[in-house]
Amino acid sequence: MKKTALSLSILAALTLGSAHAATVVKIASISPLSGSNSNLGLQIKNGAQLAVNEMKAEFAKAGMTLSLVAYDDQADPATGTAAARRAAADKAVLGVVGTLNSGVVIPASAAVAPSKLTFVSPANTNEKVTDRGLKNMNRICARDDAQGPAGGDFVADNLKAKKVYVLNDKTPYGQGLAEQAEKAMKAKGVSVVQSEGVAAEERDFTAIITKIQALKPDAIYFGGLYGQVGPFAKQLRDKGITTPIIGGDGFDSDDLVKLAGSGANNIYFTTVAPPVDAVPAAKNAAAAYQKTFNQDIQGFGVMSYDSAKVLLQGILNAYKLNKNKVPTRAQVETAVRSGTFKNLTTGEVKFDKNGDRMTAKMYVIAVKDGNRSTAGTVNVIRK
Amino acid sequence: MDLQTIGTILLQVAVGGLSLGVLYAIIALGYTMVYGVLQLINFAHSEVFIAGGIVGYFVFEALKDASLNGYLKLIVACLAAMFVSGGLNVLIERLAYRPLRGAQRLVPLITAIGVSLVLQDSLRFLVGVRGLFDLSVNLPKGFTNSITTFLGVNISLLNLQVKDIILIGVAGLMMLGLNLLVNHTRMGRAMRAVAHDRQTSGLMGINSDSIISLTFLIGGALGGLGGVMFAMKYQALNAYSGTIPGMKAFTAAVLGGIGNIPGAMLGGLVLGWVETFLGVVSLFQGIPGLHWLGAIKAEYKDLGAFLALILILFFKPAGLLGKATTEKV
Repeated sequence: MKKTALSLSILAALTLGSAHAATVVKIASISPLSGSNSNLGLQIKNGAQLAVNEMKAEFAKAGMTLSLVAYDDQADPATGTAAARRAAADKAVLGVVGTLNSGVVIPASAAVAPSKLTFVSPANTNEKVTDRGLKNMNRICARDDAQGPAGGDFVADNLKAKKVYVLNDKTPYGQGLAEQAEKAMKAKGVSVVQSEGVAAEERDFTAIITKIQALKPDAIYFGGLYGQVGPFAKQLRDKGITTPIIGGDGFDSDDLVKLAGSGANNIYFTTVAPPVDAVPAAKNAAAAYQKTFNQDIQGFGVMSYDSAKVLLQGILNAYKLNKNKVPTRAQVETAVRSGTFKNLTTGEVKFDKNGDRMTAKMYVIAVKDGNRSTAGTVNVIRK
Repeated sequence: MDLQTIGTILLQVAVGGLSLGVLYAIIALGYTMVYGVLQLINFAHSEVFIAGGIVGYFVFEALKDASLNGYLKLIVACLAAMFVSGGLNVLIERLAYRPLRGAQRLVPLITAIGVSLVLQDSLRFLVGVRGLFDLSVNLPKGFTNSITTFLGVNISLLNLQVKDIILIGVAGLMMLGLNLLVNHTRMGRAMRAVAHDRQTSGLMGINSDSIISLTFLIGGALGGLGGVMFAMKYQALNAYSGTIPGMKAFTAAVLGGIGNIPGAMLGGLVLGWVETFLGVVSLFQGIPGLHWLGAIKAEYKDLGAFLALILILFFKPAGLLGKATTEKV
């Protein structure tokens, strides 16, 4: 196979009669383009497309015709894995931007690991994505286990809370988050006045609110989902308690404000996808996105744009190392993992040995009077 | 921890537990009614109840901009919910329980659980086609206002809202009305007769099928009313919200003596208080000698509530107000 591809490209070069005959180079995007996650998946595809459009000229100078091929994974692991295999079968594809869902990227990246097809993920947060130590799997977003500490740091540093009440919904997500946040807060000298659980289906907070009234904490950390936090905030605020409530990306839904009603105030949550106002450097990208796709760029669009740029700069670096010839996938894999990538909207990207970003960011979103704004960013440093 | 703080906490527990307890009690009445007449546990009652809450939500939505007195809106919502839930309960009896009358007692119990699951997902579907899942209830103006004085005494500390008073008032009225209906009317006498001995009452000219339908109608209507009260109290619900309160209410009915109307009320209150008290009990760890209370966190409140049930049934197997005979209601 390799031989034929090589001879074909030589043949192509000969027929065009030029040493700089344009070689087709592609990157792929794999994300859900249909189904309930498709609006986010489309942001990933468009963000990558934007980066490709922008860097086309630079690739052309090096004799490469750059294009993007977009696959729909339907947020389904089997479909996503099949898409990755199809991308791997296309010799012109040198890397992948994606996916949205950790459940999809885990099998998909493993399936194409022998083909050395590099993934740069804008959105997958599960620890397992990089903990497997695959050479081809990288991500530029923070991990799930960074979320609790980021929330805890925000409580200590920004809210300047001295006493915190911690609640969790007894699910693996909520409990894990609350435990990590608690650890981070204690490390910063914050006292945790009580840390307890409540069933995820429970909507009656009479006892818990009475307790909060008696303990008078400066902040409440709630490891849970918007469906429960909304009513909790409402009942709490109805009792005249305005203490800030903070949690993780489980709060991230428009329904939070609906359910909390008049209580949708002084609520904070951490997330890996930046609101556009939190990344001033994304201004140009946002304008270009609006112009190209006639819609606003969102967090995952920004992240995908940066992921694609990491991948493309990696390809160019490998090209130089390969004596100005189109690099192999293995060379791209090494170049992405070992490179330092600058001029990105979310800052510098450098990966650790597992493919996690050395200094990723978590963004803290504030809900005030039912409106969202960025309350701050927390740097997540990996050692 | 000083005495005043302890007193304040206990007072808040008493009031919070009361409003939670009457809610359980309202739902428990539906369980107890049906059990009293048929010795059947209608596990679909949680869904009949939450269906009422969902109807209440849509009525409040529809009347949101209508220039109607808030209490009238509430009455409209209650009536609509009672109508729908009552009808639903009659339908359930006709389709799922009547064909099985005379079968072993386990059989209708299983269909009851089946009906409950079917209803949950049907409700989810009916709400879901409107693109909704979690319903956020907008109440008429004034319902969420805090009450700061009562008979000239400052009670702002208790954080009572107008809707809490409505809830407690409605629960009281429901219990009184039901007691009057069962114990002091001809229809009530017929119900008691059917409960006591279906065949003999048939020989006396009582149509037991229509009495049973009527019981389901009333039980369902009370459940629907309870659903609106739930929607009013929490202002947030979805198709699955009935499960936990339904289970607690069933527990309350058993605790008070299933089949017994005042028992359902008492059971609800006991459960509400036990639960709320256990939720805050770790606050008392500051009292000398009680530091071990710190280990009893809010997540154990349900465990405690069910332990209380087991304890009470251990000493009084028929429940608090239940009679240890076969006589019902």
